[in-house]
Amino acid sequence: MRAFDYARATEAAEAVGSDARLLAGGTNLLDLMKLEVETPARVLDINRTGLDRIEADGEGLRIGALVSNSACAADARVRADWPLLAQAILAGASPQLRNKATMAGNLCQRTRCQYFMRTDTRCNKREPGSGCDALEGVNRNHAILGASEACIATYPGDMAVALAALDAWVEIDSPSGRRSVALREFHRLPNGIAHRDNVLEPGEIITAITLPAPVRGRQIYRKVRERSSYAFALVSVALVLRMDAGRIAAAQLAFGGLAHKPWTDSRVAEALLGQKPSPALFDKAADLLLSGAQGQGENDFKIPLARRTLAAVLHDATKE
Amino acid sequence: MSENCAARLTVNGSPEDFLGDPRRSLLDFLRLDLKLTGTKKGCDHGQCGACTVLVNGQRINSCLSLAVMHDGDEITTIEGLGPASALSELQRAFVTHDGFQCGYCTPGQICSAKAMLDELAAGWPSAVTKDLTSGPIPSDEELSERMSGNLCRCGAYPNIIDAIRAVMQAEEPA
Ligand SMILES: Cc1cc2nc3c(=O)[nH]c(=O)nc-3n(C[C@H](O)[C@H](O)[C@H](O)COP(=O)(O)OP(=O)(O)OC[C@H]3O[C@@H](n4cnc5c(N)ncnc54)[C@H](O)[C@@H]3O)c2cc1C
Ligand code: SF4
Ligand code: FES
Ligand code: FES
Repeated sequence: MRAFDYARATEAAEAVGSDARLLAGGTNLLDLMKLEVETPARVLDINRTGLDRIEADGEGLRIGALVSNSACAADARVRADWPLLAQAILAGASPQLRNKATMAGNLCQRTRCQYFMRTDTRCNKREPGSGCDALEGVNRNHAILGASEACIATYPGDMAVALAALDAWVEIDSPSGRRSVALREFHRLPNGIAHRDNVLEPGEIITAITLPAPVRGRQIYRKVRERSSYAFALVSVALVLRMDAGRIAAAQLAFGGLAHKPWTDSRVAEALLGQKPSPALFDKAADLLLSGAQGQGENDFKIPLARRTLAAVLHDATKE
Repeated sequence: MSENCAARLTVNGSPEDFLGDPRRSLLDFLRLDLKLTGTKKGCDHGQCGACTVLVNGQRINSCLSLAVMHDGDEITTIEGLGPASALSELQRAFVTHDGFQCGYCTPGQICSAKAMLDELAAGWPSAVTKDLTSGPIPSDEELSERMSGNLCRCGAYPNIIDAIRAVMQAEEPA
């Protein structure tokens, strides 16, 4: 690990405009600092900034940036009204990691692309302009949607996929004031620029994640992975779906493991609305989702896997 | 750069001062500075659970935390759960039920199990909890999922679950 200056913040304002790297749970940042993939000169520990409360926000919920993943998943309001969020958090990492991991740190976790996580390879995300060894290399975990020649990595997290389906917002304090970004717009596609994972600017701090009023219906987070626990997603589907008189009355969806961000596609929900559930309908939804899908070789299996996972989740959500 | 940084921690009930390079992980502080070598280093990257300790009663991976981050925190290691002369119930149950072979993962398993039982008692859900609102039923599937942050390369998993179950049964109100 490279040497750095350490400081502790007692309020969020100290992070605004600071050029230090923010340290929350440390489970991703310290991991990458040990590998010297991350080499910040200054680190600001934000664990004592008091951003660790979950509060009612109208009919919604405001979850402080430093709330631990465990505390969020165990919160009675989250479990009752936004169970999708609890399910997605609990599907990730391990109990020990979730105790330390925070809401904002989880959102900002970096890709698990193995070329990014070492320093002797070419990686545009780690070293802009150096190239991308994943294109011709081990790319089993990589993107099938929205990738670019510059970077084919996936965003690896689970929680953000649920937050995208739930239409959450990210509250950010910046030198020019407070702003809110829709979770769906928070992470970005590489579009030729691989090193920026999301729209956060230097000197900004995430202060909270906000959830709108609960949506009625079945909520399902389905994660497919190499082993049944303590592994990242190959493909995941987050779904909120409500039936009315045998037809799909409302549907909100997001997908993990497919792209550089939690993937959403409004055409998929539109195709489902007002329809009677059937295998043919689920296939049509998958056709729309995967119409632009492109395998990289080792990850070609993700295309049929995403199709089957979507169909299975839709089946479960629409059955009597 | 890396000027000395300070933190005061309580480790197994005793006040301990950390003063040093902020790069010191909590794990290395415990093992190298305090000579509490019960806590083990497996992967050093959050992937195995060998380094599990309790911080203010909650289990964490001490390899992915800096000592300096723990100013004011209470740390409990395997040594704090019970010395060889006065083993805690979980430690005794691991012996009785052969909950280990080489023993390398064991301090992490036991610290993890201790906090896991508290999480269960508090009604925290897990990925296999069927009904998120009514709370968990401690099936074997629940116990395995909740212990999945601790790998055992010797594969002592069934006996680890037996040991934990024995303690749960002993603690059940008659
Ligand atoms: C072995 C292992 C397995 C894992 N498995 C999974 C999994 O299956 N699913 C999954 O989703 N995740 C998984 N994770 C990742 C884990 O969820 C993340 O490491 C964790 O959520 C990061 O949160 P943190 O608070 O520790 O972040 P940190 O490591 O402290 O920070 C991460 C990043 O976020 C930035 N940051 C933190 N807080 C703020 C803020 N308030 N404002 C702006 N920027 C901020 C930091 O500067 C840093 O860049 C796994 C991790 C490990 C080590
Ligand atoms: S896929 Fe992205 S993160 Fe991986 S090597 Fe290529 S540029 Fe780097
Ligand atoms: S040594 Fe900490 S998790 Fe492996
Ligand atoms: S007993 Fe050997 S690793 Fe668990």
